[in-house]
Amino acid sequence: MSVVALKPGYKGEVLDRVENFHGNQLVYLHWEDHLSFCAALAFPLPPDMPFGAILKDVLPPFYGMHPDWLKIDWSSVRWTLDGKPFTPDPGRALRDQDIRHKSLLRFWTPGLKGPRDSCS
Amino acid sequence: MTQNVSITLQNTPDARPITEAISEDNPKAVVANYPSMIKIDCPNRLVIRADSVSKKIGRAWDTQEIHLSLITLSGNIDEDEGQFVLAWK
Amino acid sequence: MPATKKLGLKQKYALMTRGLDWETTYQPMEKVFPYDQFEGIKVKNWDAWEDPFRLTMDAYWKIQAEKERKLYAVIDSISQNNAQLGITDARYINAVKIFIQGVTPLEYQAHRHFAHVARHLRGVGPRIAAQMQSLDELRHAQTQIHTISHYNKFFDGMHDWQHMHDRVWYLSVPKSFFDDAVTAGPFEFLTAISFSFEYVLTNLLFVPFMSGAAYNGDLATVTFGFSAQSDESRHMTLGLEVVKFILEQDEANLPIVQRWIDKWFWRGYRLLSLVGMMMDYMLPKKVMSWAEAWEMYYEEQGGALFADLGRYGIRPPKHEDVARKEKDRISHEVWAIFYNYTHAAAFHTWDIDDEHMRWLSEKYPKTFDQLYRPRLLMWRDMARAGKRFYNNALPQLCNLCQIPMAFTEPDDPTTICFRSSELGGDRYHFCSDGCKEIFDQEPEKFVQSWLPVHQIFQGNCGGASVEDVLKWYHLNLGADNLDYAGSPEQKMWDQWMAGRHVAQAAE
Repeated sequence: MSVVALKPGYKGEVLDRVENFHGNQLVYLHWEDHLSFCAALAFPLPPDMPFGAILKDVLPPFYGMHPDWLKIDWSSVRWTLDGKPFTPDPGRALRDQDIRHKSLLRFWTPGLKGPRDSCS
Repeated sequence: MTQNVSITLQNTPDARPITEAISEDNPKAVVANYPSMIKIDCPNRLVIRADSVSKKIGRAWDTQEIHLSLITLSGNIDEDEGQFVLAWK
Repeated sequence: MPATKKLGLKQKYALMTRGLDWETTYQPMEKVFPYDQFEGIKVKNWDAWEDPFRLTMDAYWKIQAEKERKLYAVIDSISQNNAQLGITDARYINAVKIFIQGVTPLEYQAHRHFAHVARHLRGVGPRIAAQMQSLDELRHAQTQIHTISHYNKFFDGMHDWQHMHDRVWYLSVPKSFFDDAVTAGPFEFLTAISFSFEYVLTNLLFVPFMSGAAYNGDLATVTFGFSAQSDESRHMTLGLEVVKFILEQDEANLPIVQRWIDKWFWRGYRLLSLVGMMMDYMLPKKVMSWAEAWEMYYEEQGGALFADLGRYGIRPPKHEDVARKEKDRISHEVWAIFYNYTHAAAFHTWDIDDEHMRWLSEKYPKTFDQLYRPRLLMWRDMARAGKRFYNNALPQLCNLCQIPMAFTEPDDPTTICFRSSELGGDRYHFCSDGCKEIFDQEPEKFVQSWLPVHQIFQGNCGGASVEDVLKWYHLNLGADNLDYAGSPEQKMWDQWMAGRHVAQAAE
């Protein structure tokens, strides 16, 4: 790693290493085309949590207020994990499908783009 | 290529004679009024002459008094006791 | 006795800024000045430095004393005449809250670090300029505290700004910006703050802000603002001189300076997105839009500046094309952040009325009606139905600028721009190529970013619940935060205005 420093061999402490999260890992989730939620959401989640719990328990309290949420047809949802196409397995743990610390999951819900298709 | 230099002064009684002197000494200067401030743009070069300001206020004006009225500027500065010049080379 | 001849400005400057230092005898110069070489900048002749204003200490004291006399006369008058009643609307004060929480602490940081630079450069000319700037910055912090303290008597969110600056999530944006600058070497600091921020970008902070304050009846802010801004012209000049001086000293300095200009243009531009939101959304009476200010102060003035610096081999900052593409959207995207998270902020946001939307539509014909009006209307309808939209999850932050990742792709305003780097088995996320490239240059520095969201999850911010965290921020819950509608501030303002109407009716 590089840095311009007065002291040779200067090292910086990695503040967000996974050991600092008390057994959890960070996962970012983003519902595409719905920017009334201004940014992706960050969650500390147990690595052995099954993916299905994200859809059932983690997201609804936060995204549920949007009129499009209940209209989602989950069978047609398209996912990416860290930039690559991804097919989640609801029954398997996060760590078992390569969802790592600070992974980003984005999902597209076809036909739903907020009020007047404004991507809100 | 012609680029504008620019100076912005407060809209106060102290600054008004300076603005007037700029307009008279720089025929190409364009003056724009905003709430509480005046922005003056001029192609390439703008000069503030101490003599011109002094005549308007009836006493010797020191070019460094500009600091009491100045808000912002754009351009290379050259200042001495006779004049204050703002220019792109 | 012969009459003493008055010295000319150039003569006086030469006499009072040269030959004041000494060569060390029993210690090597490198030990006395340890900071001015590790960045790789080569200086052959410190005396080539010249301040074009040719300001010397005696003239400095005289001018500054006059500015203070004027300023404090107005400050007295502000409190004696209940100037808080003269503002256009209580919503306006929220811009002042952002200023005292986010900007005033930076003035103090600048004071400290210019004192450091004044001590640690080898040339007397730049040391004197840095010393004057250090004193200016202290004056700015003090005058801002004095004037804004008047509003603190009546309005919320301004009672503990220094504490908040060190802790509150959105204030980590300005704080980390300045922390980055002061932990760099002196030449990078000067290029960052004096040139990139003061010369290239600060007009976008102060000029529309102060003109906006004037237009909205805020005498206090206009007064300290313009008093400070008169110093800024000198700081800007220092910034331009620093860059020209470094470039003239050695051609090997060019790539280093260019990299700093690229970096600090982008950092400053991201920081100013908060000002864009303030201009477009928070001023009841508007002076100009963010896009207009960007065109006037960056595209036009910055264009002239970089055309001039072309003779040294400097090109305009990288990613200025991205800033140009974003100018029709960043203020709306940042407003969305604060509308989402007002329950966790020490200032209010609110629903936008039709008149305001008409103005936004006129200023942003390419984007507003299509992208942002439907969003604002949806939020407003929800609020009217008693379900005000708050985002109760925490946002993903950019690891570099620390702003929630709300900015969209340069060529697609409907898709969030996600960038990332992998390093040592860890992943780092960024809002833009600009932020990613800064990280990739010096990862050892930015793996240390104190990201508020992650710190909350690590348990370092007072507790696990939102309420715990807000108490740790020293927010007065229910007063400082949440929507303006229904706030104690709104109630107070409405009472004041009702009193005024009764008085007018009686006349």
